[in-house]
Amino acid sequence: MQQEMAEDPKKSRLTEQIDENLKRVYDDVLKEQVPDRFKLLLAQLKDKDKARDN
Amino acid sequence: MGALDATPPRDVQAPPVLDPRDEITRYLSPMRAFAISLTRNIAAADDLVQDTIVKAWTNIEKFQPGTNMQAWLFTILRNTFYSDRRKHRREVPDPEGLHAASLFELPAHDGRLAFNDFQRAFDQLSPEHREVLILVGASGFSTEQTAEMMGVATGTVKSRTSRARKRLAELMGLREGEEFTSHADRATQAVMSRSGQYVA
Repeated sequence: MQQEMAEDPKKSRLTEQIDENLKRVYDDVLKEQVPDRFKLLLAQLKDKDKARDN
Repeated sequence: MGALDATPPRDVQAPPVLDPRDEITRYLSPMRAFAISLTRNIAAADDLVQDTIVKAWTNIEKFQPGTNMQAWLFTILRNTFYSDRRKHRREVPDPEGLHAASLFELPAHDGRLAFNDFQRAFDQLSPEHREVLILVGASGFSTEQTAEMMGVATGTVKSRTSRARKRLAELMGLREGEEFTSHADRATQAVMSRSGQYVA
């Protein structure tokens, strides 16, 4: 078995700070508005399926 | 007679059949956050999300209802990313484009400069290291779920995470026991004490 450093309950301050910053990298994007192109794409895919089914 | 029997009364609605494809829209933001973490290039990330949506839509029968759809979408996304990388020339990361937006942000009292240093170090990691750190450290997935998405053993996730953390600290010029702020120059202290005044 390998040492599970990352899951040590006494997480080092450095590990804590890395995790805080990783969350910020990720969460900053989550806060952004999703570009319209993805909702348009989903609508197009749906329409295409409907057209094919009819 | 038979035909009449088969027609349901008009006022009885059949229970709505949930189409798992309608759920995809809920995960657009996380997919984008994950894609940007992998590519460090907004244009490439958005193309990757687009490809993932099309693949998920057209292969929805492979999704098992009741399982974690975000994990399923993330698996498609990262597999697409790595296979594109093998097939085509590498996408050039464009961290400047990513960080430009943060220039307009007000300095945060908890170490704005440290975050900029962090982002530059994060950009320099391999995508494999960025991936495992974001999945385990930021996206809220467990080690087991991460291992499943990456198609590796949990031990591999743990050792890769540990190596990625070490590499990140090295890139920032930090060793275990040191902190971000102790590395940052006096400007950080100045910013911190100034904002401290506002708070106080």
